[in-house]
Amino acid sequence: MEYSYYPGCSLHATGVAYDKSMQATFKALDAGLIELDDWNCCGATAYMSVKETVAFTVSARNLALAERAGRDIVTPCSACWCVLNKTRTYMRKLPELRRHVEESLREAGMTCKFDLPVRHPLEVLVNDFGIAQLASRQVRSLKGLRVACYYGCQIVRPERALEEEDQEVPMALENLLAGLGATPVPFSPKVRCCGGMLVATFESVARELTGRLVEWARVEGADCIATTCPLCQANLEVLQEGGNGEGTAKPPIPAVYFTQLVGMALGCSEREVGLHHNMIPLKFEFPRMAKPTTRHPPLSPLGKGGNRGVAEPAPTTEAASNV
Amino acid sequence: MPWPTGLKSLPPEPGIFGKTEREMQEAFLAEIDRIPGGERLRRCIQCGTCTGSCPVSYAMDLTPREVVAYFRAGAIDMILRSRTIWVCASCYQCTTRCPAGIKITDLLYALKRVGFDQRLFPQKFPVYVMSETFVGQIKKYGRNHEAELLRKYFLKTGVMRMIKQVPLALRLFRKGRIKLTASKIRGIEGLRKMIARAEQLDEPRLVEEVQPLTRAVGYQAIG
Repeated sequence: MEYSYYPGCSLHATGVAYDKSMQATFKALDAGLIELDDWNCCGATAYMSVKETVAFTVSARNLALAERAGRDIVTPCSACWCVLNKTRTYMRKLPELRRHVEESLREAGMTCKFDLPVRHPLEVLVNDFGIAQLASRQVRSLKGLRVACYYGCQIVRPERALEEEDQEVPMALENLLAGLGATPVPFSPKVRCCGGMLVATFESVARELTGRLVEWARVEGADCIATTCPLCQANLEVLQEGGNGEGTAKPPIPAVYFTQLVGMALGCSEREVGLHHNMIPLKFEFPRMAKPTTRHPPLSPLGKGGNRGVAEPAPTTEAASNV
Repeated sequence: MPWPTGLKSLPPEPGIFGKTEREMQEAFLAEIDRIPGGERLRRCIQCGTCTGSCPVSYAMDLTPREVVAYFRAGAIDMILRSRTIWVCASCYQCTTRCPAGIKITDLLYALKRVGFDQRLFPQKFPVYVMSETFVGQIKKYGRNHEAELLRKYFLKTGVMRMIKQVPLALRLFRKGRIKLTASKIRGIEGLRKMIARAEQLDEPRLVEEVQPLTRAVGYQAIG
């Protein structure tokens, strides 16, 4: 399977670990990630505050490039996913806006039909590969890792990256990590905002929001928070350390990308998934497993919602003897 | 950062900021008409679900529910003087939960655009500086170079703030997360042409048809 890879500006800078872990994970799954040639910034939330048509045009250029390449776009950055997907949706729903954007694209000789879907790696892993396949290729154990699965805003609102998931209580990431043997903890604020760009404009507000997330993770006894967005991950790290390196009274909780965990489980090394880039180190062994694990049943049927993190997903006897 | 208590020279009577109330109202209404579902604002029942869901409502002077109420009362100037539109993190929680289907986040985006257009913000305003610097980066390189974006942003909003960020920047750099080189995309000329054209085009009216309520309601529903 091959995908057009849209990293986004962040993944070449603060989100470099996400880029590395994405490439490593997809390579371990024998899937092709071909970086979209000459992609431009999606515009994020900033451009929409300035001019609407221009913002959609800037974003649409990437969709036009992807159409030329002819493969589904996969974009790990949740904000980029939100913007590119929103562009695609609005172009299909609003003909007058579409006309203006198409006219602007033509200035550079580009066209776009806005058919190609914009996908997020969480959805690609769960749907195109499936938890069973990932578990069958697993060589390192995640057993005992208590993880708070943090989706953030952008992949559940206003549109869903995963079609069947509940917008209030999605479970796809929990199911994925439980299927690989980790222990997702109940994490009520899993779709609450981390503050996003407010970390630069209103830092105290972002600090308050991420503070709530970290406190909840701490109360539930999480070893780490698994994120899907580079800005969320950066906020969770930067705002936790008391800002500028001053220590906090309580031990900080590492924020990792979910692809780092999946990549490690599939046999990648720590450097390959970029764990050395994380500011708060994750203290977990990732021991090698004797044999690939059998698949654990999901915590809840996909799409039915639910916030029950169970202490241990029910293992089969074969798995219990392997791990 | 202390919120600036007054914007520069506020005249006491209606012609706030030197523009007539009518001009502002027209600009605002035109902007609102452009948002899909803008007409749904009429259906707001003031239930307060939006405020209750909003993670930053505690930091707002006018809560989302109040913004809709003020809009319907025609008090546009109050909305544009409030902190609300700038603190909104555009998390879409309000929009997802609004029982009337009002796209509150898009409404606040429209308000931000009006605020920017009409220059209704104080000097060195962080949100404005961030957006302008961001857009500048795209026009220059086609991509955002975080190091340059943040450097310019902090320099423009206060050198002291930048100096306080230096230890953090050093730590990020030691962790290999700062990219120092910046390069333009190959298609930068094409992108600039696209942007120039899009800037010229008038913002279209994005009127979404709002279906009338055909179900029986109230006593009619229970017979």
